[in-house]
Amino acid sequence: MAELTYRDAVVRGIAQEMARDPDVVFLGEDVAKAGGVFKATVGLLEQFGPLRVRDTPISEQAILGAAMGAAMTGLKPIAEIMFSDFFAVCFDYIANEIPKGRYMSNGQTKCPLVVRTGNGGGARFGAQHSQSVENWCMMIPGLKVVAPSTPRDVIGLLAASVRDPDPVIFLEHKSLYAVKGEVPDGEILDTLGTASIVRPGKDATILALALMVPRAFAAAEKLKSEFGIDCEVIDVRSLVPLDTQAILNSVARTHRLFTVEENPRLCGWGAEIVSIVADEAFYELDGPPVRITTPHIPLPAADILEDLALPSVDRIVDRVRRSMEN
Amino acid sequence: MKTDARNFAATKEVLVPLLRQMLLVRRVEERLSADFHAGKLPGGVHLYIGQEAVAVGVCAHLRDSDTITSTHRGHGHFIAKGGSPRAMMAEIWGKRSGICRGMGGSMHVADVSKGILGANGIVAAGLAITCGAAYAVTLDRSDRVAVAFFGDGAANQGTLMETLNVATLWNLPMIFVCENNRFSEFSPTSTVTAGDIVDRARAFKIPCASVDGNDVLAVHGAAGAAIERARKGGGPSFIEAHTYRLHGHLEAEKSFLKSAYRESAEVEEWRGRDPIALFKTYLRGEGILDEREVDALEREIAAIVEDAAQFAEAGEPADPNLVFEVMFHEQRA
Repeated sequence: MAELTYRDAVVRGIAQEMARDPDVVFLGEDVAKAGGVFKATVGLLEQFGPLRVRDTPISEQAILGAAMGAAMTGLKPIAEIMFSDFFAVCFDYIANEIPKGRYMSNGQTKCPLVVRTGNGGGARFGAQHSQSVENWCMMIPGLKVVAPSTPRDVIGLLAASVRDPDPVIFLEHKSLYAVKGEVPDGEILDTLGTASIVRPGKDATILALALMVPRAFAAAEKLKSEFGIDCEVIDVRSLVPLDTQAILNSVARTHRLFTVEENPRLCGWGAEIVSIVADEAFYELDGPPVRITTPHIPLPAADILEDLALPSVDRIVDRVRRSMEN
Repeated sequence: MKTDARNFAATKEVLVPLLRQMLLVRRVEERLSADFHAGKLPGGVHLYIGQEAVAVGVCAHLRDSDTITSTHRGHGHFIAKGGSPRAMMAEIWGKRSGICRGMGGSMHVADVSKGILGANGIVAAGLAITCGAAYAVTLDRSDRVAVAFFGDGAANQGTLMETLNVATLWNLPMIFVCENNRFSEFSPTSTVTAGDIVDRARAFKIPCASVDGNDVLAVHGAAGAAIERARKGGGPSFIEAHTYRLHGHLEAEKSFLKSAYRESAEVEEWRGRDPIALFKTYLRGEGILDEREVDALEREIAAIVEDAAQFAEAGEPADPNLVFEVMFHEQRA
């Protein structure tokens, strides 16, 4: 057991898979010599050499297209798109190419690749380097969508993503890179499509993802100590596949549902989950499901403005408390 | 024909298959055209008629282990790379016996066993995918190559510049084959494309060739040099093949276009430069094939096409179970 930052967990996860399988290659902008703008890929070039760890031009279409072509012909590429906002620059490969190859060819072509990206706000980078785009990915048939919140999950879910025979969008949260957590020694391999209960509770279920998980957890602690409301906090971890059963089971225990989403409100991932719960567990609910989200706005840059936009611990506490009082 | 077959020590064994493949592509597509206008085909079909010399001249040098990507106008590349006319036509008909079981359709014919990574409905998308296939070759250190077929329209997408840059920087075994068929959909290329497309590639200091795309020997010669260079580690090459799209952008266009976008005299002029007719004349003139042998070849091809068309038409409808089964690996039982 060792304490590791989320950032170092990314390095360890990639290295674990590259050491295990010579077909795993890694490419992206400034990922090799510079070690990544978030220092999350330091040392990989030295360990695995310039053929397998490649710096690319600032050419997002070429990065994802090349990763796809390499995946179709035998490799298992990990491609980095530095900021998830840049998915918009290469959206054809994300929406039309990578997820559809297997389907259109009736399984002849395979696309075992991982697109790693820095997602989410909190770094004061402004509207084009701060978005949470997990909902952009979730809406595309043929993609798996994963977003870890802890160093241990970074390694285990990254390993599972690399070994998955289908394309996985792996959303690392920029504001979590410095966060530390306990990580077991040796190989770590997790399972996609499994949510995790990070705090059991009996009064309400709070679903969260990535940076919103520690915030939901802190809010739950406060709700318990200050208001006596005992919340179950679930780290969804993977939007596709989605651990629907874990969510429905929790709602069946607590009878209340809250989602804490960083993506802008319209068509956020929580809307989809609320719809599933409404379909399958409507009569388990004792009150309307509540979505706590970023408003439907681009993110402002100034610190106090960005803090105002993103769901905060206080906002979660307030929203849950008011809702539970009714 | 401007090119002399002796330039590459051509023999009858090399030349006749070029004619045979061009005829096969042409007759398959003429049948698809007829079947489309008879209301038998779902969707739209974008035909390659007039451009056969390009796909055939390039693919003659390729092995099954070499990969190609192609475009919405991809039937010719599929056949030229060794794909089955039966399986392709059944795919276009939307049948269970299609190469993709009806999941892809005309714009997405693929046969991975033949190195055909797929036709692609997004203009220029295959370029970056080919770049990745070529990158994979550099890791297995084989002498395989990857070829991207794309049109003059695709040359106006940014993907071309991104891909030329990466392929050049990484010295990839990739061949860019731009088929300038003089139309971006309904817009004459001269109205939407500045300068010469090949000059865009010349800026990357890679070997570039501008060839008569209706002269199969010119294409064959340029492609042979480019592919040989790539196999030996010499990096990417670019070929712009000047040709002409004899049919429309898609077969259905007459039903919705308000007016003609080209003069019929222009089309007739290019019919006079039909790559197949030109090559037949050449082969007869060189004494390589006589009239009787050409007729025999035509009959052989006609029989293959008739068989493939009947196979496609008689096929079972697509399997409804596939709709939900093939998106992810684990869904396939």
